[in-house]
Amino acid sequence: MATFPEYITQNEERDGVRFSWNVWPSSRLEATRMVVPVSSLFTPLSERPDLPPIQYEPVLCSRATCRAVLNPLCQVDYRAKLWACNFCYQRNQFPPSYAGISEVNQPAELLPQFSTIEYVVQRGPQMPLVFLYVVDTCMEDEDLQALKESLQMSLSLLPPTALVGLITFGRMVQVHELGCEGISKSYVFRGTKDLNAKQLQEMLGLIKPSATQGRGPQPAQQPLSNRFLQPVQKIDMNLTDLLGELQRDPWPVTQGKRPLRSLGVAMSIAVGLLECTFPNTGARIMTFIGGPATQGPGMVVGDELKTPIRSWHDLEKDNAKFMKKATKHYESLANRASTNGHIIDIYACALDQTGLLEMKCCANYTGGYMVMADSFNTSLFKQTFQRVFTKDVQGSFKMAFAATLEVKTSREIKVSGAIGPCVSLNAKGPCVSENEIGTGGTCQWKICGLDPSTTLALYFEVVNQHNAPIPQGGRGAIQFVTQYQHSSGQRRIRVTTTARNWADAQTQIQSIAASFDQEAAAILMARLSVFRAETEEGPDVLRWLDRQLIRLFMFHLRRSPFLQVFNNSPDESSYYRHQFNRHDLTQALIMIQPVLYAYSFNGPPEPVLLDSSSILPDRILLMDTFFQILIYHGETVAQWRKAGYQEMSEYENFRHLLQAPVDDAQELLHTRFPMPRYIDTEHGGSQARFLLSKVNPSQTHNNMYAWGQESGAPILTDDVSLQVFMDHLKKLAVSSAA
Amino acid sequence: MNVNQHTPMASPYGQPQPGYGQPGFAPVDGGYPAPYAPYNGPASAYQPGPPPQGPARGPPTSGAPSAPQQYSQYSHSQGDMQNGPPPMTQAPPRPAASQPYNQGAVNLSGPQPSYPQHYGPQPSMQQVTNQMTGMQITSGPPTPAGPGYDPPHSSQPPVNTAYSAAPPHSYTQAPPPASSAPTQPPAPSGPPASQQYYGGPPPPSQQPFNSSLPPTSQQQFTSHAPPLPSSQQTFPPSSYSGPAPTPSHAPAPPVSQPQQSFPPTQPPFSSAPPPNSHPAFVSGPPPPAQGSFQPRAPPPSSQPGSFPPHGSSPISMPSGQYSGPMPPQQQPPPSQLPPYHSGAPPPRVQMPPTSMAQNNHLPPGPQGPPGPPGSMQQPPPQPGIQGGYPPQQNGAFGQVRGPQPGYAGPYPGQPNYGAPAPAPAPAPAAQKRLDPDSIPSPQASDMPAVQKSRHRIDPDAIPSPIQVIEDDKAKSTEPFATGVRGQAPPLVTTNFQVKDQGNASPRFVRCTAYNMPCTADMAKQSQVPLAAVIKPLATLPPDETPPYLVDHGEGGPIRCNRCKAYMCPYMQFIEGGRRFQCGFCSCVTEVPPHYFQHLDHTGKRVDCYDRPELSLGSYEFLATVDYCKNNKIPQPPAYIFLIDVSYNAVKSGMVNIVCQELKTLLDYLPRENPEMDSVVRVGFVTYNKVLHFYNVKSSLAQPQMLVVSDVSDMFVPLLDGFLVNVNESRLVIESLLDQIPEMFAETRETETVFGPVIQAGLEALKAADCSGKLFVFHTSLPIAEAPGKLKNREDKKLIGTDKEKSLFQSQVGFYNTLAKECVAQGCCVDLFLFPNQYVDVATLGVVPVSTGGSVYKYTYFQALSDKERFLNDLRRDVQKLVGFDAVMRVRTSTGIRATDFFGSFFMSNTTDVELAGLDCDKAVTVEFKHDDKLSEETGALMQCAVLYTSCSGQRRLRVHNMAVNCCSQLADLYRNCETDTIINFFSKYAFRGLLNNPTKAVRDTLINQCAQILACYRKNCASPSSAGQLILPECMKLLPVYLNCVLKSDVLMPGADVSLDDRAYLRQLIGCMDVPESHVFFYPRLLPLTKFESGSLPVAVRDSEERLSKGGVYLLETGLHLFLWVGASAQQELLLNIFGTPSFSQIDPSLTSLPVLDNPFSQRMREIIESFRAQRSRYMKLMVVKQEDKSELIFRHFLVEDKSASGGASYVDFLCHMHKEIRQLLS
Repeated sequence: MATFPEYITQNEERDGVRFSWNVWPSSRLEATRMVVPVSSLFTPLSERPDLPPIQYEPVLCSRATCRAVLNPLCQVDYRAKLWACNFCYQRNQFPPSYAGISEVNQPAELLPQFSTIEYVVQRGPQMPLVFLYVVDTCMEDEDLQALKESLQMSLSLLPPTALVGLITFGRMVQVHELGCEGISKSYVFRGTKDLNAKQLQEMLGLIKPSATQGRGPQPAQQPLSNRFLQPVQKIDMNLTDLLGELQRDPWPVTQGKRPLRSLGVAMSIAVGLLECTFPNTGARIMTFIGGPATQGPGMVVGDELKTPIRSWHDLEKDNAKFMKKATKHYESLANRASTNGHIIDIYACALDQTGLLEMKCCANYTGGYMVMADSFNTSLFKQTFQRVFTKDVQGSFKMAFAATLEVKTSREIKVSGAIGPCVSLNAKGPCVSENEIGTGGTCQWKICGLDPSTTLALYFEVVNQHNAPIPQGGRGAIQFVTQYQHSSGQRRIRVTTTARNWADAQTQIQSIAASFDQEAAAILMARLSVFRAETEEGPDVLRWLDRQLIRLFMFHLRRSPFLQVFNNSPDESSYYRHQFNRHDLTQALIMIQPVLYAYSFNGPPEPVLLDSSSILPDRILLMDTFFQILIYHGETVAQWRKAGYQEMSEYENFRHLLQAPVDDAQELLHTRFPMPRYIDTEHGGSQARFLLSKVNPSQTHNNMYAWGQESGAPILTDDVSLQVFMDHLKKLAVSSAA
Repeated sequence: MNVNQHTPMASPYGQPQPGYGQPGFAPVDGGYPAPYAPYNGPASAYQPGPPPQGPARGPPTSGAPSAPQQYSQYSHSQGDMQNGPPPMTQAPPRPAASQPYNQGAVNLSGPQPSYPQHYGPQPSMQQVTNQMTGMQITSGPPTPAGPGYDPPHSSQPPVNTAYSAAPPHSYTQAPPPASSAPTQPPAPSGPPASQQYYGGPPPPSQQPFNSSLPPTSQQQFTSHAPPLPSSQQTFPPSSYSGPAPTPSHAPAPPVSQPQQSFPPTQPPFSSAPPPNSHPAFVSGPPPPAQGSFQPRAPPPSSQPGSFPPHGSSPISMPSGQYSGPMPPQQQPPPSQLPPYHSGAPPPRVQMPPTSMAQNNHLPPGPQGPPGPPGSMQQPPPQPGIQGGYPPQQNGAFGQVRGPQPGYAGPYPGQPNYGAPAPAPAPAPAAQKRLDPDSIPSPQASDMPAVQKSRHRIDPDAIPSPIQVIEDDKAKSTEPFATGVRGQAPPLVTTNFQVKDQGNASPRFVRCTAYNMPCTADMAKQSQVPLAAVIKPLATLPPDETPPYLVDHGEGGPIRCNRCKAYMCPYMQFIEGGRRFQCGFCSCVTEVPPHYFQHLDHTGKRVDCYDRPELSLGSYEFLATVDYCKNNKIPQPPAYIFLIDVSYNAVKSGMVNIVCQELKTLLDYLPRENPEMDSVVRVGFVTYNKVLHFYNVKSSLAQPQMLVVSDVSDMFVPLLDGFLVNVNESRLVIESLLDQIPEMFAETRETETVFGPVIQAGLEALKAADCSGKLFVFHTSLPIAEAPGKLKNREDKKLIGTDKEKSLFQSQVGFYNTLAKECVAQGCCVDLFLFPNQYVDVATLGVVPVSTGGSVYKYTYFQALSDKERFLNDLRRDVQKLVGFDAVMRVRTSTGIRATDFFGSFFMSNTTDVELAGLDCDKAVTVEFKHDDKLSEETGALMQCAVLYTSCSGQRRLRVHNMAVNCCSQLADLYRNCETDTIINFFSKYAFRGLLNNPTKAVRDTLINQCAQILACYRKNCASPSSAGQLILPECMKLLPVYLNCVLKSDVLMPGADVSLDDRAYLRQLIGCMDVPESHVFFYPRLLPLTKFESGSLPVAVRDSEERLSKGGVYLLETGLHLFLWVGASAQQELLLNIFGTPSFSQIDPSLTSLPVLDNPFSQRMREIIESFRAQRSRYMKLMVVKQEDKSELIFRHFLVEDKSASGGASYVDFLCHMHKEIRQLLS
């Protein structure tokens, strides 16, 4: 084993796991002193094209409270055909099908390189994927047209057997019956009245002779479609026409009013519809909204335009009268959806806020996407939406449904909680810690929607007592068992088993310190702070963080939109936090500390410090904040460009220089989800503010003269610079407390 | 029938009591049973009726019988009547009341055939016993008349037995009398019993009488007693009552009483007997008594005795009842007769004793005649008597009509009588007129008349509607000019042209009285309702100009400052034209400068004839924005079609038919300018348990269906594309209408909602901010879970109880609230019902009725046979001109006030009639009451202003002005009344009364008021004459017959086969009928079609079976139904011409239209049918009725002068009854 960084990388690639510490302190006391808890970022579906699909089911430990999966870390007695569970030490008989097992004939799950392995469950019916579009019709014709086109396009991306449904809403909510010939039918509901699933079922005429239905796997039991959810192949044309004829909500909107938008009820109906037709089956509710809900349950603002939608200011003053009620409404929807394994995506495209703050739980609890853009008629939305349907090499969607993640730990360590797009399944077990961090109190979480980059932060607690030393060379093991519905309709189980060495903090402090994964720790702590920011009042979190942490990331984290609400609307904060909570480490790092590249005639493109001193007139800067890709032309370069030098053949090199960041940006744009906002600006341009707000204000109007004029651009801010921050930090670190 | 009866009568006589009794009974039972029940109510009121009924009922049906019994009694009397119109005469006395009915029943006897059946069962009843006697007699004769009777007879047998066995009992009852009138053998035996019963023999009996019959009998008696002498003659009845004069009659009465008393003791017997006896007795005996009476009084007693025996023979009339008593009487009579004869009428009476009884009875009731005949016949044996009787009857009637004729005839030719009576028919009219004056004629003459009338078997002796109608036609040759104040217009049955000269055309406004009493006292005394039937948007014939449209500019119509009356010819311009004085409130108002005009030397504006509002009775103003809701010019109205697509609707073919029809019908939406497209927008909804709205926006390739399943909280799912212009969205609409039947072809949904359907339409109109009309096509009771859900509450047991009224009320309050909302929005609802079972029309109709809509009902709708009717109704309903969001206000001269309104509308205060929709067929009846004095000089003015939105979306005011005279003499009032309008008012008043009062009370009130009207006339306007004379004002001589039709209508007197829905439907329907429609509804038009005079319609005949000839073909029209009745022996040629088949048996009774044959006859016939249909607002389905076919029962129901199967009295009976009531009031 080479260096720790290599080890970390290797682990990450193989298992999708990164721990804050790669050697664990062996006692609770020591672990507590480490401040950063033993914790990990886990990407359940990290892409492993090389994994062979295992066509049989995993072998489980026979102890009822354990049920761990046979893995390479288990001790196997080939002669006795026994294996010992490495979590509970139970000795288990191999099942009959393993009769031929021997040292040379090992099943895949025992091979060390398959510490992560994926089983394909053959039992049960193949469930179709269900996509339910929930479409707002209260928007400008242009937007609606763009949206309709995107939706029509998406139909062609769906597998032919996937079921689709359509709900539109404006003042009323319409559930469209699909596949009817001639007259198109839809069921209409008042936008002000919430319905429970049973009422809905009655009103939609979906009452089935349920008495005959068992929970069994008989394929005939459940109709695989109904009038509202039909296979794409059958109603492709029909739905395309239907979308084509979709009109803007026809109810008149008087001046000074917002259109009445029954978003809350529409989502409720969508949830209810799936709840009573496809419970426990993977399904996506894709909600497209062009503005805030203005009536009925879930409304976030009244229809009077003179009353603006709530701001952070209002929230602080407890002045947002709809917020609590709406949040409650959406939370209950999110819970219902997640119980049934349904994903809720929210595509909110409007210039103003749309109520993401209230609705965030819908996406957060269910693993759904949340996308925010200015209009449906932007490439940001169009391409992002298209990217939802990205397929892998096998032609399957890069999405998984209705997953559950179970964590099993060795005795010395317990799981405290998870932070990410999941909900607790409330499964108590021997490996559940009493200490809750994030969503805790359970060893199982439901993640209704998963994609290869979905990453959970899992926090552990070392429970081994100081007086019960762990034998030298002992390893703590953690097993992640993810069961999910593959986009092909199969049920799959992915098992990742990982182990780390124990070390006595008193004697082996160096090795523990060396095993510290700074990046992972930063993200883990950041998630924790965001989680706290979400659930607690703002300033306290910053203070807590200040007390807790250190180093660069934290400086930027403090300034990031994840914690700073200044200048962000509640919706934006919700959006940023949502993205931060689900993306993997690399992306998350970018979100916290944007990457800045400089292009100039002085050399090849180079990363530069995210500092105001990096802003030079003869440079082109490319900043990637995850949410934005920004190209900034320095003052001189901008002038050149304005003068049109790039058009002249003799200045081809200048043209190349201009082109280089654009090309790089394109590359980023093409791979990222959601697609970032692409900004091309220059010195003095209004949009340069995005850059100026991110860089470290090493030069401000307060100190610029002290620093001299030769380089950089002053930032007009009162925020402290990194320098000041560090000084302060040092003082704190050295002084008493710690 | 009558004939038959007569014969029977005769035989009865011959056969003595037995025969009679039976016959009488039989008929009675049969026919009456049903009729009676209802009648009983009234009858009871009548006193005679009641007592008898009580007992009678008991016996006859025993079970159901109660009613029947009454009937039976009646029937007896009726039977008698029939048998011998003479009975009528007999009836006159107490019986009269009962008898009259009976007679009516008797007449019904015509129907006897049917009766028999009824009887069959009922007869078995105890009545038999009592009636037995009568029955037997009747039976004897009757047998011939109707086999049906036989059965009754069987029942009768019991009677016989009863008699024989229980003779005592029966007698007892009858006996008393009998005893009193020992003459008769039976009497003796009976007497004892009766006596016992009575406690005291004769005397007691009498007392009993009083007690038992007390009211009527006694009263009558007592009263009569005195009068007897004098009155007797004129009115046997009257005399009767009077005569019954305690003394002589006393016996008789006793008898009757006994009977009553009996009832208790001897249910069967008593019952039957009692009634009979009483009536019979009374009548029978009384008459005699009356006649010579007092002296005879004793005889009566003897009679009683005889009665029992005679009972039967006596009067078949009493047949059952009477039989008992009668017989005695009869016997005595004979003996007495002589005396009577001497006494003139009395004798006859006696003779007829039986007959007498009958006769007596008859007299009381107009029906008397029939009775008499019977008696007469019987009398034959005792010619003298008969002779005498008839006259009496005639007298009674005659008095009414033309006693004189009767008189002359009567006396001398009592025998002739039979003949005379018929003849009189034509004369009657004249007579009536004469009556008042002529009435005075000697009692003697009256007597004869009475008899005749009784015999009246010829209804010809009583006022004939046909005659009146024809006379009016003949009189009205000139166009009717409205300029003369207080002039009554021609009858509604007359074709005439109207010239508007300052008062509204009678097509818009008809009044009950064109000469209003000046004071409230007078009005109260006369009891003549003061009302106007206003049909504001009536369609005028092509040769009359529709109201002119007047525009007074931006200031709006010029109005009186105080009462806000609109400018009209009654405004008096003063001060050179600078001001005008209001004709209503006398307030003086400045003339606006732009309206100023100089006056000529007569004080009229010189532009008077250039301005419709100054010279015409009806015109329209263009309303300004001030007259619009929310001060906004209204949007054009919208029509929304809401179609039930549940299983029943689809299966019956309704959905398909509606959808097919709408495709073409939508091109005929109402418009004011035929050149232009209609601006009315349309929308479509289908529904079962949920509602389906359709988006038919023109830009769509296919319609879109929007399902609203949340019916508990109705809303409109779309706005744009729901209400569309037909031309713009034609393709989409057609596609929709093609697809609706397909989409629901396989539906299995049977439950429907209703409340949410109307809510949906209402919400749609609200959303579009316009008024409009909903066309709801609905099939079943809305039992699905939703607001306005209903339960099946049809419970026949409630009928006749105090709770019956609840069946006419709305089951839930929901619809009343909804109706209110609809009115506020100007949402009119038309409901087309296609029920296969009870749908609770009373509740479903609430919204249509309150919003000025219509309800159409097609029970057991079959696409094949009912399509035509439905489609024609639908077409007419969609196409007809209609105003929306209307408010009507009636202003009147100081002194009277519009106090009550009847029709399809809603009122939120006491003055404004709010109509969400007002179409050209809707009439509103307004009642006026005095709140001060009126002056003869100025007369009474009324102005009806209707503010409405026309179908083009224009806001308008239609103004109708009407001025009538005022009078301080009652005679003037009675000279200028319109019976048809009074009947319209009465029917609406009564039908509304049903909501809050028991049916019986409603009927009694009607009869009572009518009697008061006539009594007031008799007392104040008719020249002095004997109290026994029935004298009717010329203008109201049809009041009794029409009133009887109202009383007999299904609403007030339901037959067993009339569903609650039907009644509720008719009740609502009549609420908004105008006079021509209500007239033909209550008195159907019956045309003989055997031969045609070129160009003109044949003269109609009266609605009585006896007017039908077996060889003829008749067309009967009620405004809702159209029957073609084919006589069993119609000529082959005739059949060939009409049906294309020479054989009666090959005529297909399921035909709904006549085959198109190329012969003038067929052609003419179809023309007539078409023209009839064109006259009515609802299409009438043709029903071919073959004589003696099953369907004839239905047809007979509309022969309103006959007894009805449900117990309605015949015209004759009712007239007698009426007369009795009047006499009571007078005495």
